[in-house]
Amino acid sequence: MKTIFELGKAGRKGTSIPKCDVPLPKHIPNELKRTEPAKMPEVTEQDAVRHFTLLSRKNMGIDTNFYPLGSCTMKYNPKFHENIASLEGFTELHPLLPQLRHGCSLTQGSLSVIYESERILSNLLGFEQFTMQPMAGSHGELTGVMLIAAYHKKRNNTKRKVMLIIDSAHGTNPASAAVAGFTTKEIASDENGNVNIDKLKEALGDDIAGLMLTCPSTLGLFDQNIEEILRLVHDAGGLCYCDGANLNAIMGRVKPGDLGFDVMHVNLHKTFATPHGGGGPGSGPVGVSKRLVPYLPVSQVVKRPDGGYSLEYDREDSIGYIAPFYGNFAIILRAYAYMLTLGKEGFQRVSENAVLNANYIRYKLKDYYDQPYDRYCMHECIFSGTRNLDKGVHTLDIAKALIDRGIHPPTIYFPLIVEEALMIEPTETESKETIDHFIETMIEIAQLAEESPQEIIKCPVNTPIKRVDETLAARKPVIADF
Amino acid sequence: MPYIANTDNDRDILLKSIDCKDMSDLWERAGITLPQPSLDNLPSGMSEMEVTKILKKEANKNATDLTNFLGGGYYDHFIPAAVGEILGRSEFYTAYTPYQPEASQGTLQAIFEWQSAICRLTGLPASNASLYDGGTAMFEAMMMAVRITRKRKAIVCGAVSPIFRTMLECYSSNLDVELIEIPVDDNNSVSNQAGLIEAISDDTACVIVQYPNAFGTVESWEKVIEVAHSKKALAICSTYPIALALYKTPGEMGFDIVTGEGQSLGIPLNFGGPYLGFMCVQKKYMRKMPGRICGRSVDSDGKEAFVLTLQAREQHIRRENAMSNICSNENLCALSALVYLSCIGKSGLIEVANLCRSKAEFAREEILKIPGIKPIGNSHFFNEFIVELPCDAGEVVGKMIDKGYAVGFPLGKYYKNRNNQLLVAVTEKRTKEEIKGLANALEAVL
Repeated sequence: MKTIFELGKAGRKGTSIPKCDVPLPKHIPNELKRTEPAKMPEVTEQDAVRHFTLLSRKNMGIDTNFYPLGSCTMKYNPKFHENIASLEGFTELHPLLPQLRHGCSLTQGSLSVIYESERILSNLLGFEQFTMQPMAGSHGELTGVMLIAAYHKKRNNTKRKVMLIIDSAHGTNPASAAVAGFTTKEIASDENGNVNIDKLKEALGDDIAGLMLTCPSTLGLFDQNIEEILRLVHDAGGLCYCDGANLNAIMGRVKPGDLGFDVMHVNLHKTFATPHGGGGPGSGPVGVSKRLVPYLPVSQVVKRPDGGYSLEYDREDSIGYIAPFYGNFAIILRAYAYMLTLGKEGFQRVSENAVLNANYIRYKLKDYYDQPYDRYCMHECIFSGTRNLDKGVHTLDIAKALIDRGIHPPTIYFPLIVEEALMIEPTETESKETIDHFIETMIEIAQLAEESPQEIIKCPVNTPIKRVDETLAARKPVIADF
Repeated sequence: MPYIANTDNDRDILLKSIDCKDMSDLWERAGITLPQPSLDNLPSGMSEMEVTKILKKEANKNATDLTNFLGGGYYDHFIPAAVGEILGRSEFYTAYTPYQPEASQGTLQAIFEWQSAICRLTGLPASNASLYDGGTAMFEAMMMAVRITRKRKAIVCGAVSPIFRTMLECYSSNLDVELIEIPVDDNNSVSNQAGLIEAISDDTACVIVQYPNAFGTVESWEKVIEVAHSKKALAICSTYPIALALYKTPGEMGFDIVTGEGQSLGIPLNFGGPYLGFMCVQKKYMRKMPGRICGRSVDSDGKEAFVLTLQAREQHIRRENAMSNICSNENLCALSALVYLSCIGKSGLIEVANLCRSKAEFAREEILKIPGIKPIGNSHFFNEFIVELPCDAGEVVGKMIDKGYAVGFPLGKYYKNRNNQLLVAVTEKRTKEEIKGLANALEAVL
């Protein structure tokens, strides 16, 4: 399909701009002038709308397809959230307004949304306070480990430079730790998918700043030794970070703060039903226990004794400004609407049904796909696409066969410690009928892989394009039509 | 319960088929034996109707009826309705990162087109899919320069957005990077280019400037870039994309990396986000860039196809040695910017920029007619400028709010010797009448 730049014709316009009602300004000095107009599209509004509408139809989304992308919690995004997020009272508010004199009085509605959602998260997850500023999950991770760095720095504990990471962790964990100035040490998982306690004990010492732990783990498992793990790290003088990517499994059932975690990020675009946007914007609020509160980023929205809301900047030990303002407000707003809709009963129902659906898939598919860990899972189940490797069928092929059958593939080849990993997260919003259809499709693919593997290997054939030459893309990169 | 599909009967069937008596049995088998925590301090659920009512009420508590002359890097520009219409396509907004190209050609081609659009605007040939915002993009650029040059000193111009500078400071605090800030003359609106040039040495990794600068002034940067390059340092600038419709491109000037805040391109102010960080670089630095990158390739039939590429730079492969920790970016905001640029178009973008510039100059003249108000600096500016009031600017701003105007930003908050200075921004949305009204009100409150 042609790009937007290849459409149109010189002189075509997509928008009418008002005539200038003031005198024309002085000339731009020659040395500052743009020499040639920027080669932007020259299309009518209809051209543009048709082009992008046609493009949208080359996508799979939650609204069009089952999308069991593990660790991404692709649950339904309620439509009234979009209406609320487009209210002018929210969209047109300039972020510098509350920084003007008496400016907070001009933004009480938005400040209240930030504050009240912060309170719900704190109460739901057992933390003292959240910062709503981080703009994505990995941004939350970075913020969280920076808080840990600040905590040790305040105690002049300059030796604590090592962050422990579990081998099943998302790549963002070690990457975030590195951006916060830590070196990382990897801890292996044991044969049951839990943290290997002996290896953890070996690693602990006075150079340990903390441990980053995904709870439940990226293997979709709840570590039965979690309390012991946290105790061991704390006894060694480290702090414990909870990666909340998988919060959907335990929301309303376990409070990570009460469990002993010192800091945690949550992904509003996963657990709290805000749209994933094709890769963002997300939002990654970070909650902390009492001892990390002094280090939270500025500003923090606070509730005054008179019931109004204001911004607090005066925090001596704060790590500073991680975001230009108060976070991805429009995302926080959608998540707030979701939290208000669910309420305390809803939070529990979400995690229960998410876990139930994943276990149902696990049970129904375990005769057809290899299971690296044969135990009850949390909100996602993991298989290895290893059964027909000798016939040349890999996990990638299974994924492409699913696309042909109208299902977005699960997460594949992650976690790295599972061979040919297929990570399936159905979420609570999908019906038994949809899940049964998925199960039948997976079984059909498994049987086809057994009997006529070439039928799977050639997939996909029903898509706008077939498999892409990724080597060519990386070797001779064309990344812009400049 | 909304958004949960399982009926009670479904639940029973599912539980039975996984050999569980009830939900607590399943929790236990899944390894959760902790007691159920109390959720008493959480509210009870509400219906869509009730929640909508509450949030509409909150929206109405915000003051959005002010005539807006506030900028500071975030501007009240016109957004064509088509932008919202396309963003509302749930095939776009309910998808995720396009890991599976065959199921994501829509998102991927849109990213490729966005990368192309921002490259064409900035005059640099390579771009990524997006970063969080202008400030984090600047930090990423600085770290990229540190990686490329293997040096650790970053020189930052004092006329770079104070918001971005505080963010650089925050992120650098645990890293082996030294920030050297070159202060500006508080009675002027220009960068201190001589100071920057003097500070550049053999151990400089990069020089970071802003174009137009935080006071709205548009400056030539060729000399600074030349000196930076002579010392094997990279030249980085943060820019305002709308301004680039009229001004020499950072690419033509010779910058190595350009970053910026893309909010002005069809993204609502939204009280601080989501926004759009962007980054464009010279081709030779492409493989050192952070973030997602979409490339054009072919499929097995030789048909054109788009795919995420150069992934060996990223966290999911390189882990602690990745170019950045970024994963989710601001994809949908980049789509807004692309649709905006498509609808506004080649001539429209120039018209918008010219309107901004004309109205800003008119506003400045009108404001300077007021007795007691003095100009600060006399350099070429785009759509934002500073004036000096005869009294504390913060107070005046407060009084102007009562008159219905967000008159601008008092610079004293970020520059201690600029207490009386006011930063005023004017976009194409402001009319002559509104500008005259502003000047009249300002005269009245002084």
